[in-house]
Amino acid sequence: MKVFKFLLSFIITIALTVALSIRIGSIPPLGNFLDPFHGFWQNALNEDDSILQTVTLEGLQAPVTIKYDSLMIPHIFAEHEEDLYMVQGYVTAANRLWQMEFVTHVAAGRVSEIVGERALSFDRLQRRKGLGTGAEEALKAWEQDSVTRRVINAYARGVNAYIQTLDYASLPVEYKLLDYTPEPWTPLKSVLLLKYLSNDLTYGDVDLENTNTLQLLGQERFDFLFPTYLPDYDPVIPKGTPWNFKPIAIDSPQVGFINQALLPGESPLRSNPDNGSNNWAVAGSKTRSGKPILANDPHLGLNLPSIWYLVQLHGPGVNVFGATVPGAPNVIIGFNDSIAWGMTNARRDVTDWYKIDFANSENTEYRFDKINLKTQKRVEEIRVRDEEVFYDTVVYTHHGPVVYDEHFPADTVNNNHRGFALKWVAHETSMEGLTFYKLNRAKNYKDYQQALKHYVCPAQNFAFASAHGDIAMWVQGKFPVKWNGQGKFMLDGSRADHEWQAYIPFDQNVHVVNPGRGYVSSANQVPVDSAYPYYVYDDTYEHYRNRRINNRLSQMRNITPKDMMSLQNDNYNLKASEILPLMLDSLDLAQFNESQQKAYERLRKWNYQNNAGQLSPVFFNLWWEKFMALLWDEFDQGEVRLRRPDSEVTVHVMRQFPNDPFIDNQKTTAVESLTDLIRESFAQAIHESDDWEESHEEELNWGNFKATHVDHLLKLNSFSRANIQTGGGSGIVNATKSDHGPSWRMIVEMGSPVKAWGVYPGGQSGNPGSPFYDNMIERWSEGQYFDMWLLQSESDKPEKMMSTQRLFPSN
Amino acid sequence: MKFILKVILIASLSYLAELFFPWWSVVFCAFLVGGILPTKGFNDFLAGFLGVGLLWLIFALLIDLDSDSLLAQRIAPVLQMSNALVVTSVTGLLGALAGGFGALSGSQLRRIFMEDPPKPGYFG
Repeated sequence: MKVFKFLLSFIITIALTVALSIRIGSIPPLGNFLDPFHGFWQNALNEDDSILQTVTLEGLQAPVTIKYDSLMIPHIFAEHEEDLYMVQGYVTAANRLWQMEFVTHVAAGRVSEIVGERALSFDRLQRRKGLGTGAEEALKAWEQDSVTRRVINAYARGVNAYIQTLDYASLPVEYKLLDYTPEPWTPLKSVLLLKYLSNDLTYGDVDLENTNTLQLLGQERFDFLFPTYLPDYDPVIPKGTPWNFKPIAIDSPQVGFINQALLPGESPLRSNPDNGSNNWAVAGSKTRSGKPILANDPHLGLNLPSIWYLVQLHGPGVNVFGATVPGAPNVIIGFNDSIAWGMTNARRDVTDWYKIDFANSENTEYRFDKINLKTQKRVEEIRVRDEEVFYDTVVYTHHGPVVYDEHFPADTVNNNHRGFALKWVAHETSMEGLTFYKLNRAKNYKDYQQALKHYVCPAQNFAFASAHGDIAMWVQGKFPVKWNGQGKFMLDGSRADHEWQAYIPFDQNVHVVNPGRGYVSSANQVPVDSAYPYYVYDDTYEHYRNRRINNRLSQMRNITPKDMMSLQNDNYNLKASEILPLMLDSLDLAQFNESQQKAYERLRKWNYQNNAGQLSPVFFNLWWEKFMALLWDEFDQGEVRLRRPDSEVTVHVMRQFPNDPFIDNQKTTAVESLTDLIRESFAQAIHESDDWEESHEEELNWGNFKATHVDHLLKLNSFSRANIQTGGGSGIVNATKSDHGPSWRMIVEMGSPVKAWGVYPGGQSGNPGSPFYDNMIERWSEGQYFDMWLLQSESDKPEKMMSTQRLFPSN
Repeated sequence: MKFILKVILIASLSYLAELFFPWWSVVFCAFLVGGILPTKGFNDFLAGFLGVGLLWLIFALLIDLDSDSLLAQRIAPVLQMSNALVVTSVTGLLGALAGGFGALSGSQLRRIFMEDPPKPGYFG
């Protein structure tokens, strides 16, 4: 009986202990997780915990000092270059390790290892795009350059030195929650991060939609609805800039697309058209101080931990401050004593699709230029948590990997789904790491230009300002020389004349230095006018932010940094100012109900500011959305994907071609005029706004309607910040949308000393248990900035510094 | 008196063990003390329950106060709990259960080999 009693309680004890030590479904092992001595409690910090301790790092050559300012930005002072990058790796990992590793898993298609089968189809797509193979190729080039190799290896050593200090208690809380541990960091992961940015900014297009739309409409109507240049376009490089070089000539084929029946089925997702940014630099002639001012705000998905991590790097031959991408060495957007630079996405079609004509059912050969070429196969081994390993065979052609075939996205016997190969600049070897290494050390325009030569993808508009007084803009990336229309439509993978034949040489890339107008700017618009001798195309060129910025900059005189801050936070809705009067004039005032009357009066008085507290932007937005849906109803055809005209083209058609045949709503028998559609969509919009407050239980205004939120990468609500009150929106200089917007705002005045201001929607710590996790969001939402300090020495500005950490070599 | 001593002993030993070993070392400590110090009936369980439970509850509370509940209130919804106080209480309860069963098992093992402690007052 005693033995039985013992056994019973002993078995219960063991069972309980085991149950609390294993993950059950999505619940972490609760014993480990809730233990106050090791579990998540150990990640809970207060401000005093940011006073850091002395560290011993194996591999350091000399002691390194880190000064932390009141935002927890590390200012790293090292005597040796490798120490500098090792400590950059160490300190970044100490604050952002989980994020760094998670994002490289996303890039490499390894999310299933962490979250299980629900990420499998995402992982398969990532691998089929060839991001991992691209990163492996790029790493080979990086390894061959002695500088880059030293830097990425030192950075990796620093990250690994931090990982080695970890035990369960000190693991970032996301690892505890998902019950896994970090693996060693490698230089390949730093390259993967860059490929991830390429993916975010350049993958995806509308080649398939274009092809179908062209077949339905014919060339003339297609060009009418999808022009590259609208009459009032305003390119990155001022119109009329001369190009004095002999362009590379290439052969153009007779037919530039696959001339066959409509292509049904999967299409690569369009890369987020919100991925955009603003940057500009004004010359000393336009500023109050007489020194150039540079401004940049890259618009990306708003996430926590933030995509950016701020540092100052002070070492032999370098003293630079700015935003880094956690996981990659060097400053990506920033400034030093001599220069400042900023980046916006330079849209250009660098992603093309080739229809592959396989010669047999095993996909071992495909037809090309009258002969058959052999394919190569790469087996992707995808480890899936709690499941068996999944093997996916990816077929490679000389164009690139076959992303879509009969096995992906789903097994099918429909031959039309078979064989779409991806040709993408992100697959090319590249040396972007060297660009940033050199930019960090650049002293003048020439250094900046030298640095950009190595830059391949994702193409960027690099704004530049120097203490010497120069301003410049280079649209830099590796761009294929294309015949007119090449890659706008699905290309024929069996024809040699459909291949990319050459690349634009570096010095023929679009650029401008010290233009007469006294400023350079870019906001993802078309890069250059049609006098540029190469074919330029992308499916989404910005048409509003750029014109608003240039309008303002051309009018401004005696510019101060404060003026630049207000311009970054400018909420003027240019689109509404250009089309709303026409829309309001079309309404029939006699037919209004009460709420329509109120909305009408409000819109009549609107100052076109998309401020958070205003109601008019809500009405306009809803109205425009409904109107677009009614107007372009022809383009919603279910199975066959078509491209719908953009807002700016719609405005153009409404103003210049009000009797265009597209205006008739196909779902009704009556023939609708533009006025009918405007009236009907107004009624729909106001009806929806009437119900909004009741269904959302809060006041209807632009801030609540837009509901800007910054989500944790795992989409955990309680780790995220919801309903942040901000103005702005799509096509507005303050491009803050619901989950997308200015991910880093920076203003730099190139005086002596150089002065800078910045803010981002997050905080320096990636730990949701730290007060520095989201401490900058408040100011960011209010359009306020923090001072950014480029220290000259360890003892500079002691009153601004919060704490000091010293790192010593071991032994 | 002996009961209170036992609770304190389990708590202190568990605290020391947690400095070097994972969370389940508290189960072992409760088991050990339960096996060495005899108590009666339900007190066998209660000593471990209170020893580890109070240790975890108090430390969780201290961290929570110190960090202004910042993390605990973010963790609560992830674990389907309503607020930081619930997370703190569940932390204490889990420690208590693990300690209680550990101590009970220790006591039961002891009973197989040794007599129950004499009734109070037997020796005066």
